[in-house]
Amino acid sequence: MSVQAQAVDPTPAAGLSRRSFVGWVLGGATLVTAADLTLGRGVARASVPSGPQVPELYDLEDLQTDAALPTSQLITVTMNDDGTASFELPRMEVGQGITTSTAMIIAEELDIDPGQVKVGLAPARPELIFNQLTGGSNTTVSTYTPIRVAAAIAKGALLDAAAAELGYAADQLTTRAGVVSAPDGSSLTYGELASKAASPRTKQVDVELKKAGDFSVIGTARNRDDALLAVTGRKKFIQDLHVKGALPTMVCRPPTLNGSPKKLRNKKKILRMPGVKNVAIVDTGVAVRAKTFGQCIDAIRAMDVVWNPGSVEGESDRTIMARLKKAELPLAVPDVPVLADQVDTDFEFMFRSSAALEPNGAIADVRDDRATIWAGLKVPILAQENIAKELGMSIDQVTVNVITGGGSFGHKLFSDHAIEAAKISKKMGKPVKLMWHRADEPRQGRLHPMATSRIRATMLAGEVLTFEQRNTSVVTDFSHGLGEIITSTIDEAPTEVGRTLGGLGFSETIFTLTQELPYDFGVVTQLLNETDDRFNTGSMRNIYSPDTAVAAELTIDQMAAKMGKDPLEFRLAFLKDDRTKAVLEKVAKEGNWGRTMPKGMAQGIAIHKEYKGSTACLVEIDCRPRTVDRDIYHAVTGPRVTKAVFAVDAGLVINPRGLEAQMMGGFSDGLALTLTSSCHLRNGHFLEASWDNYFYTRQWNIPPEFECHIVDSGTDQPGGAGEAGVPSSAAAVACAYARATGTMPKRFPINHDELSFKPKSFVPPVPQSPRDGLKYTY
Amino acid sequence: MPKQTFIVNGERVTVKVADNVRVLWVLRDLLGVHGPKYGCGINVCKACTSHINGKAFNPCSVRVGDLERDDEITTIEGLPDTVGKDLHPMQEAWIDRDVPQCGYCQPGQIMAATALVNKVHAEDREITEADLDTIRNICRCGTYNRIREAVKQGASKM
Ligand code: FES
Ligand code: FES
Repeated sequence: MSVQAQAVDPTPAAGLSRRSFVGWVLGGATLVTAADLTLGRGVARASVPSGPQVPELYDLEDLQTDAALPTSQLITVTMNDDGTASFELPRMEVGQGITTSTAMIIAEELDIDPGQVKVGLAPARPELIFNQLTGGSNTTVSTYTPIRVAAAIAKGALLDAAAAELGYAADQLTTRAGVVSAPDGSSLTYGELASKAASPRTKQVDVELKKAGDFSVIGTARNRDDALLAVTGRKKFIQDLHVKGALPTMVCRPPTLNGSPKKLRNKKKILRMPGVKNVAIVDTGVAVRAKTFGQCIDAIRAMDVVWNPGSVEGESDRTIMARLKKAELPLAVPDVPVLADQVDTDFEFMFRSSAALEPNGAIADVRDDRATIWAGLKVPILAQENIAKELGMSIDQVTVNVITGGGSFGHKLFSDHAIEAAKISKKMGKPVKLMWHRADEPRQGRLHPMATSRIRATMLAGEVLTFEQRNTSVVTDFSHGLGEIITSTIDEAPTEVGRTLGGLGFSETIFTLTQELPYDFGVVTQLLNETDDRFNTGSMRNIYSPDTAVAAELTIDQMAAKMGKDPLEFRLAFLKDDRTKAVLEKVAKEGNWGRTMPKGMAQGIAIHKEYKGSTACLVEIDCRPRTVDRDIYHAVTGPRVTKAVFAVDAGLVINPRGLEAQMMGGFSDGLALTLTSSCHLRNGHFLEASWDNYFYTRQWNIPPEFECHIVDSGTDQPGGAGEAGVPSSAAAVACAYARATGTMPKRFPINHDELSFKPKSFVPPVPQSPRDGLKYTY
Repeated sequence: MPKQTFIVNGERVTVKVADNVRVLWVLRDLLGVHGPKYGCGINVCKACTSHINGKAFNPCSVRVGDLERDDEITTIEGLPDTVGKDLHPMQEAWIDRDVPQCGYCQPGQIMAATALVNKVHAEDREITEADLDTIRNICRCGTYNRIREAVKQGASKM
């Protein structure tokens, strides 16, 4: 693996954003500064260029950024007496590295070492409204400027204080590594100045941000700030917290999806089991609190529960797919000359689990008059509201603490775990440390919805005349707050955009805001229709884009073949966007596109444009029988991607090392989506119960060679990273597979039809831990 | 209630708990040793990987009653002590290669990697791509390629 990061272009690109802002020094004994971006906000997006698709004018990133603006002024930077700066990030860290990149942004403006910046996670703060949603890879996009402004004001205040102390004008002083120096060599540290720089009253100040050409921290590779904690086992996840009396708690869940408990027949017996302390029935199942989680598992397995039916009794993949097919929007018969060539394709995407390795969990201590919750949450404000509602309390009686999460991928946008823990704690009258069993995750947890994608393209005389894409999906749940953001923000979007989106539901709106096909394909339409809201769904490291990209890029390969063109040549000829072309050319060159491969092996190439940036991926896949059938103990093997070359233009890059890590992770996800990972619905329940059933990418699937190239297009605004790696990766693997085998796959993942495991029991709903672990030491 | 005695990270401990409770819960819930993580409880995710008498094992799948008095369990917290340093070379390689994302799988990854390298070195050979393919630990953040690099780098210092 290698990483190449070009230096940030010192000459600002066209569309340069402003550098002059207004902010605040807050009154108090310590120096606290705040950014206020509602003053003099630019109108950069007011005019509508001629592009046909909404995201080119205004995309999900813009919407989330605009939604965050009115509350940005509440973002503050504090200077401490020991020379460090503190900042509470109103976002959740789940592995994306945003605390590291935020420290870098602050360090840049303040001229201190990023190690001197302490970034914590803010607990639920209702006044922040929608500034507290971590999703859509939006964190850096929307917080970049406000954080810089607050940090720059802090530096200004320190300089003013130093000027008074050292007897020079502020503009004669210089700052470096947390020290202010005067021309005569005298100096003061930020720590010495921190309280002197504080203001007794709140005052408004003007500030000028650093020029990109002067950056010395932003754009340099930096390791994660919490790596040492992670590798020593000292990083604390929710289950590692100690809250007095919060004993291990698990839930015996219904045998079918969304069933509910009617009655526990053997409560007395369960309460007599070793370690068991409390049992309580809640709407999602029968909860048990015990001295150890192992004893919770034993109790769950011994429970004799009468269950109410679930939400999809008797249904299977096949019946749900049939419903989707019925709901598919018709493809228009395009109004094109009869001689035009037509390519029609049709794809199916199965249910997939967004579960992280850290299972759902939360600590709750609910008392008569107050409740305290600890959980990994991306939308803590909404969790606080929901918990208050559930407990019949007012919002200020509920405290919600955000804990760093062990991965999210869309899972932690919802507060299911926190609400469930609160209900159980209330019912038991005890603090609880709730953990979902692994089996609960694919079986009752949130899934990426099953979907279909149909495409019809027409071509004539070397031109593409039309490209229609129709996605049909099981309903995606957006009740985590993004939906509300849309309704409250869409009014402020440019009028043309508002007109297009008015009257659409949340999902259609998000689809329209995210999907952009950057090709000159004549009349392009991409539409979404949804049906069936009986499932627990959510986004999964992206919302629609991986499926849409797989379908589009596979179809594009077919179109290229029909025109007798090479996939790369065809894409370069039709791409209308220079940034996307640049990343595509980069992978083609670095990955040696077009080299001859043995029969059964092939290259695949694909692009994606979203998150204010572009990505391209080139892979080589080995589909020869001896590879596909290679034997690895208890493993799903299948085709092996032997090499992946990835290129990303994510706008202004704060931390290239972090960006590369996100692309690598996104690639692992894309690989799994195309080749191996899905959930099977049979007879009202999902069969998968653990990692030996749900085949997320493993070491034996990963390409031994992985390269990530960062391409700089000179923009001065950061783009999103967390989800950007997935779509082009999934699509490139699919295209390579089609070329290697000579058959275009139509159902994803490609191994879905073959059930390669024996389903674990549904009653009891969790497997017992083996006892033979000592047989497998090495 | 039976008393269970064994050694954790160099210290002899005695816990009152039933024989059939798995070692993972004794470590995490009773002794407060939180380095080994739960990810499945059935010996497939490998997030709980630790060492017993110097070899990798998965405490979610061993009953505490099956431990002997002199069995030495090492979790990620005790790994540096096995080389008498602040950090084991594998941990250093992990930091140098900036492997962790969410970090949840990483204690288990590092414990598995050190045992694998010890095994390969005991066979008097260097670690190969095929050896790396045998690592079963799941990383849901998908840090696999950096793990591969870090294992090779760590191995060169072991
Ligand atoms: S928790 Fe032990 S292997 Fe998964
Ligand atoms: S770093 Fe998150 S699971 Fe591996």
